[in-house]
Amino acid sequence: MKASINWLREIVPGLDDDPREIAQRLSMIAAAVEDFDRVGEGLEHIVVGRVLGRRDHPNADRLSLCVVDTGADDPIDVVCGAPVIVEGAAYPYVPVGTTLPAGFTIEARKIRGEMSHGMLCSEMELGLGRDKGGIMRLADDIDPGTRLIDALGLPDVRIGLDLNPNRVDLACHLGIARELADGPLVERDFGTSWTPAWADGSEEASGAGVTVRIEAPDRCSRYLAAVVRGVEIGPSPAWLTGRLLAAGSRPINNVVDATNYVLLERNQPLHAFDLARLAGPEIRVRAAGGGEVLETLDGETRTLGPADTVIADRDRAVALAGVMGGADSEVSGETVDLLIECAAFDPLSVRRTARDVGLATDASYRFERGIDVHAQGDALRRCVELILAVAGGTAEDVAIRVGPEPAAPTDLPLRASRVRQVLGIAPDDEAIARLLEPVGFARTGDLGEDGAVFYSIPGWRGDITREIDLVEEVARRHGYDRFPDEDRRFRSSAVPEHPGFDRAERARVLLAGRGLFEARSLSFMPEEHRGMQARVPVPNPLSAEESYLRSAMVPVLLRRVEHNFARGRRDIRLFEIGTVFDLVDPGASSNGDATADRSAALAPYAESSRLGLVITGRRAPDHWGDEGADLDTWDLKGLAEEVAGSLCDATLEPLGADADPVAAQLGGAWLDRRGFRIVQDGVTVGVAGAVVDAVVDSPPWAASLWALELELAAVRRREPAVYRPLSSYPAVRRDLAITVPLAVEAAEVESIVGDTASDLLESVRLFDVYEGEGVGDGRRSLGWAFRFRADDRTLTDDEVEAEMSAISAVLEERFDARIRSS
Amino acid sequence: MTDGAAALLERLAQLEASGLAAIERADNSEALEAARVTYLGRNGELADAMSAIGSVEPDQKPVVGQRANAVKKSLTRAFESGVASLASTSSSDVDAGVDLTLPGRRAWRGGVHPVTRVIDEICGIFGDMGFTRVEGREIETTWYNFTALNISLDHPAADMMDTFYLDDDVILRTHTSPMQARVMESYQPPVRVLVPGLAYRRDSFDPSHAPAFEQIEGLAVDEGVDFIEFRSSIEHFVRRFFGPATKSRFRPSFYPFTEPSAEVDVTCSVCAGSGCSTCKRTGWITIMGAGMVDPAVFEAVGYDPERYTGYAFGMGPGRIAMVRHGIPDMRLLYEGDVGFLEQFS
Repeated sequence: MKASINWLREIVPGLDDDPREIAQRLSMIAAAVEDFDRVGEGLEHIVVGRVLGRRDHPNADRLSLCVVDTGADDPIDVVCGAPVIVEGAAYPYVPVGTTLPAGFTIEARKIRGEMSHGMLCSEMELGLGRDKGGIMRLADDIDPGTRLIDALGLPDVRIGLDLNPNRVDLACHLGIARELADGPLVERDFGTSWTPAWADGSEEASGAGVTVRIEAPDRCSRYLAAVVRGVEIGPSPAWLTGRLLAAGSRPINNVVDATNYVLLERNQPLHAFDLARLAGPEIRVRAAGGGEVLETLDGETRTLGPADTVIADRDRAVALAGVMGGADSEVSGETVDLLIECAAFDPLSVRRTARDVGLATDASYRFERGIDVHAQGDALRRCVELILAVAGGTAEDVAIRVGPEPAAPTDLPLRASRVRQVLGIAPDDEAIARLLEPVGFARTGDLGEDGAVFYSIPGWRGDITREIDLVEEVARRHGYDRFPDEDRRFRSSAVPEHPGFDRAERARVLLAGRGLFEARSLSFMPEEHRGMQARVPVPNPLSAEESYLRSAMVPVLLRRVEHNFARGRRDIRLFEIGTVFDLVDPGASSNGDATADRSAALAPYAESSRLGLVITGRRAPDHWGDEGADLDTWDLKGLAEEVAGSLCDATLEPLGADADPVAAQLGGAWLDRRGFRIVQDGVTVGVAGAVVDAVVDSPPWAASLWALELELAAVRRREPAVYRPLSSYPAVRRDLAITVPLAVEAAEVESIVGDTASDLLESVRLFDVYEGEGVGDGRRSLGWAFRFRADDRTLTDDEVEAEMSAISAVLEERFDARIRSS
Repeated sequence: MTDGAAALLERLAQLEASGLAAIERADNSEALEAARVTYLGRNGELADAMSAIGSVEPDQKPVVGQRANAVKKSLTRAFESGVASLASTSSSDVDAGVDLTLPGRRAWRGGVHPVTRVIDEICGIFGDMGFTRVEGREIETTWYNFTALNISLDHPAADMMDTFYLDDDVILRTHTSPMQARVMESYQPPVRVLVPGLAYRRDSFDPSHAPAFEQIEGLAVDEGVDFIEFRSSIEHFVRRFFGPATKSRFRPSFYPFTEPSAEVDVTCSVCAGSGCSTCKRTGWITIMGAGMVDPAVFEAVGYDPERYTGYAFGMGPGRIAMVRHGIPDMRLLYEGDVGFLEQFS
């Protein structure tokens, strides 16, 4: 909503001199002021010029030579490029030496051989409006030489308000003025020359030679119409033009300007039809027929359906009800007689119609949010008075009013105790009334239970229907920033913290510490990408790329890797914690529990939290002292072991040849089969391994990719560790190198060692793996480091030797191991 | 004591004194080595003196022998400490060409996302005020997302949230607010919860919108929670999160599930309130929508609206991170670009 500060000043005399103060106040009590523009600044030297004569430029088709009376002693020659220039009409004249808002200075110069002393200009060139179609025609009766800003009532300040959806009443100057005034607004008399007799009807009424019928009462509750005959269409008087420009509205002609003025003044959308264009003449408010066609004012031809509401004459649609007029019946230069529509359309049907045709207009905005049905008669009278004043003519004595008389808004009770309970401040009934009465709420004198005081609700506040709505008004009128800042007692929460946050935090700390960056991706993916499938479709997606919800983290992270590849990055280590989605068998739908029933519709959709990570590139930043190397399987496995062992209580197992449906579901097409599953309590909770080439668009310089996906629920809460006594006796180290057949796995060896040795074995560690010369075909060498220690004594050589012999013997027997050295 | 023994003891004492002096004088390794050879060498003075012990009377031998050993120990210790002190003062490292200005060996740097940091800080501050964190579903029913929150799908307010529908009754939640209703259905007051999570709106992905974005919902319900407590609690948060110099203001607003409703602005951190492009020249940045819980929400979840009052708020940590770090385009938050992420680690 754009508003003119001058206009507000006219309604509320005595406003602050500083427009910024007014804007600030509105922001704090009513609606945020987002734009603040000075209108007419820098136009002090522009005057009104009258074109005394016009002829074609001898050397240019599109130019005219004008003789302009600028109020000086002698007329001036001006070359002008406007398509239409009317002799005798007034236009803004820019004298030589003046600089326009756009920054260029007008000079006397020859244009195609003819001297031009100054310029006639458009709204756009003056910075007053958006219309650049032609030069700005002013009312004919302004004296040449009058300063333009004086004629238009400028300078002014235009403010733009961001209205809350419940405050449509602020979409007009009267509404804004109410918030700024100290007391109830005393409306100035706008003239009483027209006091019609009303022809009433519940569905149909006739008068002034016109019949109006509401055929769709669910879409239009009330339709008022007046007839004005003998108007003369032309430019509006300068004050009206200036007002509309200052309020951001485009001047059209005197009649349309009058309807727009009343709209901006008091929120009632009005429409002027050319009466001669209405067959009948009659007005029918009805549903559009299937396939019915209407050309709207904007020149678009629109095909309508029964859900759309139209204003029709006897034969055809002439306007889109509450949205936009039709081109056929619009007011034009030839119009003589008018029918003025002042209707109340149903918010939902206007919303539907506006959505169907893709239009949002000043009228539809207001109808969708609800107009003041009690002020329609005043709005129509105001509009007719204004048309008579600016366009002449006479109004018919009879006006039409169809539809039931609107019921008065229900009075509402307000308890001072409720104000205190919700707000914490404790104004008494008198103080509350002093806050509410200036904006139209009035005590009715009735008292209710608990000392409630009844207030009448003004027609423009359709949003106020409950006591709490009045409490908000009290808070707002009191001023949110005038509430005291008070520390209150600490309150605890009965709701326990969800363990997922701790899990995510532990994962973040570990992985950020290991050199990975946390990513946050959008949760969408295509149905299928390089063999990776998603399962939950989004029926109204933004694009095919985002037409499914992700079913796993790694496929989405791989897209992020591709993004980094595209920017030439080779070292990429990303992790993300997020939600993945799946479709499941909904099972039984209802068990009669209301809370469960409300969620029953969710049964087919499964969600779970996951951790995904992807790594590629060098193992460490290049250092001058090292040979750099890329990450390999053992880096991935080490990271996966840390995830499994320190975040969870899980172990890694090679995927092997067995089909593991859970692993397949966690991994999918990206996972190389030589990878690992992460197993906790016998259940597969994650997978890790190499990313197969086919799923990623990698440049030739990229290194291998490794990834991991884990159910976040598998992350365990970190239990306090239990202290183990530290032995004060020394440990004994023994190394053992053995050769074993290639088929023997290191983990088997380690496991048997653990089973064989006594408690004296503190740790066993593989420190060397070797295949090749000196080991024998089909065999490899494994070097193990053992540490033995006792809690209560220093171990003797004999004790350690006994352990080592036992271990060697078992290895020789079980694995055909040969001892190389010990 | 015989003369022979006495003479030998005297000789050992002189030898010790002159030996220690020679070692002390040695200011380089060559001189030190020469002193060692002279006194401690195989044919050195000490060896010579010790060979004379054999000619001493047998009963005197232990005394003289002990003395000789003591001198040997003393000279050896002096020599070793001479070696050590020469090493510590020598410039042999520089001589060997070690340039200590060379770069050190580092591990890869990682880090959490800037939006995560904002979420954690916000949750930390409200956590200190007794709030606990809860998690909600991202796929929700229209009942929890709209109806329970007093939102009519026909009201223009629903226009603010263009919705992804999965089927007629199921949507991607348009805000984290559905958890208000779910928490209150399951727990009786006092309720103080935060709901950090993703919300979805059918907005095209552009510099200031994302179809999926982080939100933090807050809800505090109990007896006696009033507008003053609401306002003071939010003020407390603003001071801690944005710093004591930051000013805030509460403006009237509208949400179907709060009344009175407010928007909370803080002074723009970029221009300190003087007006810039970040704050659209207003000097203020809106950080939260909030208000007192509407009684209609209490009725929907079965709380007595005459007994309980409370406040609720919603924040966008993504937008706050953008303001905090001067990030001009929201899409940067969700691209996973390593060059972007490493700036915040």
